[in-house]
Amino acid sequence: MIRINCPFCGERDHSEFAYGGDASVQYPALDASVEEWHDAVFMRENIRGNQFETWHHVNGCRMWLVVERDTVTHQIHSVKAAHDGIARVIEERQP
Amino acid sequence: MTRYSAWSVFKNGLSGQNNWGRAWRDPEPAKKYDIVIVGAGLHGLATAYYLAKNHGLKNIAVLEKGWLGGGNAGRNTTIVRSNYMMPVNRQFYEHSLKLWENLSHELNFNVMFSQRAHISLLHSPAARDAAARRYNIMRLTGTDAELWDLATLQQEVPHLNYHNARFPITGAAVQRRAGTARHDAVAWGYARAADQLGVDIIQNCEVTAVRREHGRIIALHTSRGEIEATKIGFAVAGNSSRLWQMAGMEKLPIESHKLQAFVSEPLKPLLDQVVVFGVGGAHFYISQSDKGGMVFGGDLDWYKSYAQRGNLPIVQDTCEAAISILPCLGRVRLLRHWAGIMDMSMDGSPFICKTPIENLYLNAGWNYGGFKASPASGWYFADLIANDRPHPTIENFSLQRFEQGINIDERGAGPDPKLHG
Repeated sequence: MIRINCPFCGERDHSEFAYGGDASVQYPALDASVEEWHDAVFMRENIRGNQFETWHHVNGCRMWLVVERDTVTHQIHSVKAAHDGIARVIEERQP
Repeated sequence: MTRYSAWSVFKNGLSGQNNWGRAWRDPEPAKKYDIVIVGAGLHGLATAYYLAKNHGLKNIAVLEKGWLGGGNAGRNTTIVRSNYMMPVNRQFYEHSLKLWENLSHELNFNVMFSQRAHISLLHSPAARDAAARRYNIMRLTGTDAELWDLATLQQEVPHLNYHNARFPITGAAVQRRAGTARHDAVAWGYARAADQLGVDIIQNCEVTAVRREHGRIIALHTSRGEIEATKIGFAVAGNSSRLWQMAGMEKLPIESHKLQAFVSEPLKPLLDQVVVFGVGGAHFYISQSDKGGMVFGGDLDWYKSYAQRGNLPIVQDTCEAAISILPCLGRVRLLRHWAGIMDMSMDGSPFICKTPIENLYLNAGWNYGGFKASPASGWYFADLIANDRPHPTIENFSLQRFEQGINIDERGAGPDPKLHG
C-alpha cells in the first residue's frame, strides 16, 4: 500500500485516492495544431523512476494533488496541491 | 536434436529418463546477425520461429535480459480466446486462435492447449443484448459464438452463485473454442522449434544501449558485448518505452501498468471452463489449471508502475469478486500471486509496425491481450520484418493510427491507458 501525505488531510492509504496520470502533460491552447493535441493526448514519456503525477483524493477532501513518486520503488518524494495558488498559500502558511 | 514422439518417450523411459538431450542450444552471441529480436518472451520467440519457418531466413538472434519465460510469459492467466468485435482485432485474434489449435503439432511440443470454453456471465437484459450484438458480429467473420440461457449455464457450470448474488446471473456469452494453455510450454516450444531452425537464443543478455549512425541502428550494446544487426525488432512489452528511449526516440502512446494474477492451492476438478465476471465495477476471470490450482485475476493496480509486485487493495477486490460468483472458494487458500508489467496503450490495442528508424520494427502495446496473441503476433511481426511492410490485416496496428483517427478502442474507454483492461 502506498501512503500519500495529503496536504489537507494528512497521510492516507492510496486506496482513498484515484490515480490521474502524468502531471507533466500540459494541454495546448484550444486552437493549437492537431500535432500538438495529438502529442498531449496520446504520447507519454512513461518514466521509469521519479515522475510527477496527479492523484485525486476522491474518498477524502476531493482535492487534486501532484505527487512525485518513483515508479519502480513507489517511494514518494513530495506531495502538493495541484492548484498552484492553493499550493502557494499552503506553503506560505507553513512555519 | 530429438524429435519428441511416443517412441522417444518409451525409449527414454527404458533408460531411466537420463538420455534426453538439451531442448535448445546455449550459444555465445555472434558479432553480427541479419535480424536481432530483443526480448525472448512469447512474442519474440514466436517471431524468430516464423521468420525462420515462414520466410526461410537465417542468421537470427533473440536477446533476453533474464531467462526464457521469466517475464510476462510467466506472469499471465494463460487464457486464449478470440471474442473481439472490432475489425482488425477480430481477424487478428481469430488467426491467433487458429494457430493455437495446431500449435502443439507445429512445434512438436505439447503446449497443453485446452479448448474448454470461455464463458462471460451476463446479468441483465441489456448485457444480453450487447453480447448478442458482439457475438453476431464475430460470427459474421467465422468466429464461433453462442449465447446460453440460465438453464444451460447451470447445467454446464453448476458451482456458480445462482442463489443470492448481488448481481443475479441470467445467462452467458460463450466461445467454445477458447481455452487455456501452459505458458512455460509455449515459451519452451517456440524456443526449441526456433533453435532447431538455427535461431540463436541468447539469455542473460540485456541491451544497455543502442548505437545509431545516419538514422539507422548499427549495433546493440549488451551485457554480453556489442552485437551488430541489419534489422532489429523490439518485442519487450512492459519496457517498450525504455528501449524506445534508448534508441534515441522520445514518447510512445503507452504507459506501463502492473496487473496481478493469483493461483490457489491445488483442488480436485471443480471448474471445467474459463469464467469471466464483469459487472458493477468488478472485473474477474478464473480457470483451473491442470495441476488443480484456481488461476484468476482482475483489474490493474490503477496506477502506473514498473514494480513487478502487486498491491493489497487489488488482492482484496479480486478475492471479493471470486467469492461473489464462486462462494465455494471461500475456504480455499491463496498459494501465490504475482504482478506483470503491461504495456497499456492509449486505445487498448497493440502495435506491430515500422518506426521512424528504417531498420527498427516495433511489437508493443499488448495490454491484457499478450498471451493469446503471441502466435499471431509472431506471425505478423515476422512478416513485417521479412517483407519490410505491414500485412494488410495489421496495417492499423501502427503508431500513426491516433493522428489518423483510427483508434481501435475495443472497450470504448478513451485515451486513458489504465482503463483498457
